Parts: sequence; structure tokens; C-alpha cells
Amino acid sequence: MTTDTLTRDTASTVPLSQMDVSDPKLFQSDTIGSYFTRLRREDPVHYCPESAYGPYWSVTKFNDIMQVEVNHQTFSSEAKLGGITLQDMQSGEASLELEMFIAMDPPKHDAQRKAVSPAVAPSNLVLLEPIIRERAGLILDSLPVGEEIDWVDRVSIELTTMTLATLFDFPWEERRKLTRWSDVATATPETGVVSSFEQRREELLECAQYFKGLWDKRVNEPPKPDLISMMVHSPATRDMPYLEFLGNLILLIVGGNDTTRNSISGGVLALNQNPAEYRKLMADPGLIPEMIPEIIRWQTPLTHMRRTALMDAEIGGKKIRKGDKVVMWYLSGNRDDEVIDRPNEFIIDRPNSRHHLSFGFGVHRCMGNRVAELQLRIIWEEILKRFSKVEVVGAPERTLSNFIRGFTRLPVKLRGH
Amino acid sequence: MTTVIFIEPDGAEYPIAVKSGTTARDAAVNNGVPGIDGDCGGECACATCHVHVDAAWMSRAGMAEPGGMEANLLQFAEGSTENSRLACQITMTDDLDGLMLRIPDGQH
Repeated sequence: MTTDTLTRDTASTVPLSQMDVSDPKLFQSDTIGSYFTRLRREDPVHYCPESAYGPYWSVTKFNDIMQVEVNHQTFSSEAKLGGITLQDMQSGEASLELEMFIAMDPPKHDAQRKAVSPAVAPSNLVLLEPIIRERAGLILDSLPVGEEIDWVDRVSIELTTMTLATLFDFPWEERRKLTRWSDVATATPETGVVSSFEQRREELLECAQYFKGLWDKRVNEPPKPDLISMMVHSPATRDMPYLEFLGNLILLIVGGNDTTRNSISGGVLALNQNPAEYRKLMADPGLIPEMIPEIIRWQTPLTHMRRTALMDAEIGGKKIRKGDKVVMWYLSGNRDDEVIDRPNEFIIDRPNSRHHLSFGFGVHRCMGNRVAELQLRIIWEEILKRFSKVEVVGAPERTLSNFIRGFTRLPVKLRGH
Repeated sequence: MTTVIFIEPDGAEYPIAVKSGTTARDAAVNNGVPGIDGDCGGECACATCHVHVDAAWMSRAGMAEPGGMEANLLQFAEGSTENSRLACQITMTDDLDGLMLRIPDGQH
């Protein structure tokens, strides 16, 4: 039996009381779906009393997830309580405790988010579009036709790093540092990106120093529409303690980095796995804007977000106790057939395609969601101009993580017109 | 039937007639009014149905409850003013027949 058959069988045979969906290997093998399907059917708000991450609740249905999202007075994102991932933010030796507004509750969250959100406002995106398009073109024009390449490295990482560097007005030649710091920030020793928490801490301190240099420069310049300048000049953030500045920086780098990267890769794979949809796209490139939200739903680049109950509460008929860890499995909610029609099908012209959980909802809803969609739309417009097909020619390698749903490698060959 | 009129930044008007009890967000989304996306399905969870209530209609269309979820989300919406509402929280009634809602500049 292959690992796949073994884990799919386990999904249906393991007693519910022992079902634990936190193992990163289930996500890497992409067999996690059958576990969530069973939970949605049999125990949609499911308590796991023991795991590598301690006890936790899994919320698996779309509407229950929404309920948690909008009740931030009950369900906290606060870092001191463990933060926003299944893996508590405080655990691990020598871990650098970063403060970022994704892991804060209102009112502190609100002031910080408001300071930086103008950077991604529609009016700024209009300015960003031509720069992204030009650079996407350069990236795609540099690719060989008919030769196997790794799409993840040559396109997905390259494009998203480029956009981030632009948003930060980061020194262009050093931009791959952003990718590295983003990967390090979300790494644990088991994922292989860093060998220890100590190493992670050291690299993040390097990142802090580098950005401090940029901060010191921008303080003495007039305000401009890049994220660092905004943080430097806004009254809400300019006197921010240093660890908080670093934390919010990391948030913006991580938020904009592997999520968009993995959606770019995920879209290529999805179209290859669904050739009728790829043909539909080639016949009508006007479908690109609708396709983008469907790609983001399909990929669900962040599998979950976690909250901590500030008081006893009830979800889906289950009693949550104050202090309990509650995990909103976006990956499960995005396959909930009570809310999404034929959710296990990738349909590029699906109606209401933005009705998905990948960006979250409520006050923490992804601030960069339109930046992500903008990049995806542009890359597909530029791909279709140049190539008749982006053909996947080998097995994709998936990220080992229960949080990030992505690809570390995607072998493709480009076909010209 | 009662009519809600959406006014785009370029002045174009979209008068939409709906049954009483329909939210302004549904009126827009079900009739292809550009600029109102309503991503969350009308659950007061995303602010993509942000509108500016025309000054003449403020007393009847009301304000977002201070400190409530609608007000919370509106603080993050670009171009939020004291006339701002989320269209999913405005339920059309006969009293609101002819309500004018402006789509904020640059709203997708």
C-alpha cells in the first residue's frame, strides 16, 4: 500500500475520538481532504484532546468558521495567548517573540492596521499595476521554451518577491533576502528551512538590523507611498517598539510572499489537472478575472487560522471553554458543499467565486487580498500572450507544513504559440 | 417594490428595483452593479460593499451603530466618511424608495 492509500483509509477508519488533523505530513501528501470531509459530516466542531500542539478544536464548516471570524471579542488573536497558528507562537527555545497586528486584538490591532493599509489601497494598486506588468513580462521573457524548468523558483518566487520589493521600495539587488526572511519567519526546525530556533533567531535579527537601516534612512526623507515610509511617518506606528516594528514588517513580508507564490504555482497545477478548464481559459482569456478567486479558493494558501477563546462560548452546538485553542480550517471550509456548489471541482467561471475563506473575514481579513489578485491576474494575462501552454511535466513537491499549503518545486515546460 | 439607486464615481446611475426586505448589497450583486463585490455573502464581514449614503438620505438610511461590527469594518475601508455604510446592512423598505448610494472612488 502506498502512503496515500494508507492515510486515506485511516481517515475513514480511525475512531473519531482519536482523529488528529495536525500532522504536517497529511498536508504534504495532500491526503488531508478525506479527514476534513469526514469531520464536516460527522463531527464538524471536533475536539482533539492530545496532539503535538496540545489540545485543540477543529472548526471545519464554512458558516461555523465565519461565526468565529466575526466574533473577535470572544475569539482572540492575541500572541500572548498563543497567536494565530496551531503551533503556539511562544513555544520553542530561543524563539524570537514577534509582535504583529495579525496577532493582536482591537483596539491595538486597529491603529496599526490603519497605518499601513493605505499602501495597498485601490488608488495605490493602480500605480503598482504597470510596474508589476513590466516586471512580469521580463521574468516570462527570460524563460526558455520547451525546456524543463522549476516554475516555483523561476516564476512564482521571482514575481512575488519583486512585488514585495516594490511595495517596500527595497533595494532591488537584495530582494531575495525578503524571500529568505519570509521562509525563515514561518519555519520550524522540522520543516528544514532552519536547523534550529537559534538559527532562526539569528537570521531574523539580521533582518531587523537591515530594516532598521532602511527605517533610519526613510525617517529623514519626505513621506512616500511605500510600506516602510508609511510606518515611519504615521503617528500610530512611528514610535513603535522595535520588536513590534519587526513583527509588523515580517507580517507584511510573509503575508505577501508565500501565499501569492503558492497561488501562482497552484493555478498552473490546477489547470493542468483539469484540461477542460485550461481549454476554456485559452478559448476566452476574458475569464481571467473570475478565474483568479477560484484559484485562491482551490489552493487555500494558508490552511488555517487559530484563535483562543476569551470566555466560554458555543459553536455548532459544542461548548468551547475559556482558554481553548480553536482552529478555523479554511481548507475544509473551502470544500463545504453546504455553502459552495461542487466544491471539489476546479471551475474557472464559477459564480460568486470570491465567496471563499482563503483571505479570512472580519477585522483581520487579508489586507493584501487585492494585491494578490492583481499579481495573479497580470501573470496570467502575460502568460497567455506568450505561451500556448504551461505544461506540468513532473510530480509537484509540496511544502511540509500544516499551515502553509504550497509547493517547493513544480517542473514545467513552456509551449510557444 | 422599492428602488435603490447606485451612483458610480463617474456619475453613471444604476437604479435597481427590489422587493422590500432585500439588502442594498444583494440588489447590487444580483444586478451586476460595478464596484459592489460583497465577498462575504452579506454577512458584515468584509467591507467590499462599502457605500456613501447621499447626504439627503442620511437621516433615513441611518448611520452604522457606533462600536458595532459594521463600524469596525468601515474604519479600514478606503475613503470611509461619516456617511459610510455597508450595503449589506441596509435593508430596503418602502421608506427608502429612491435611496441614493454612492460607490467610493476606486472601489473594485
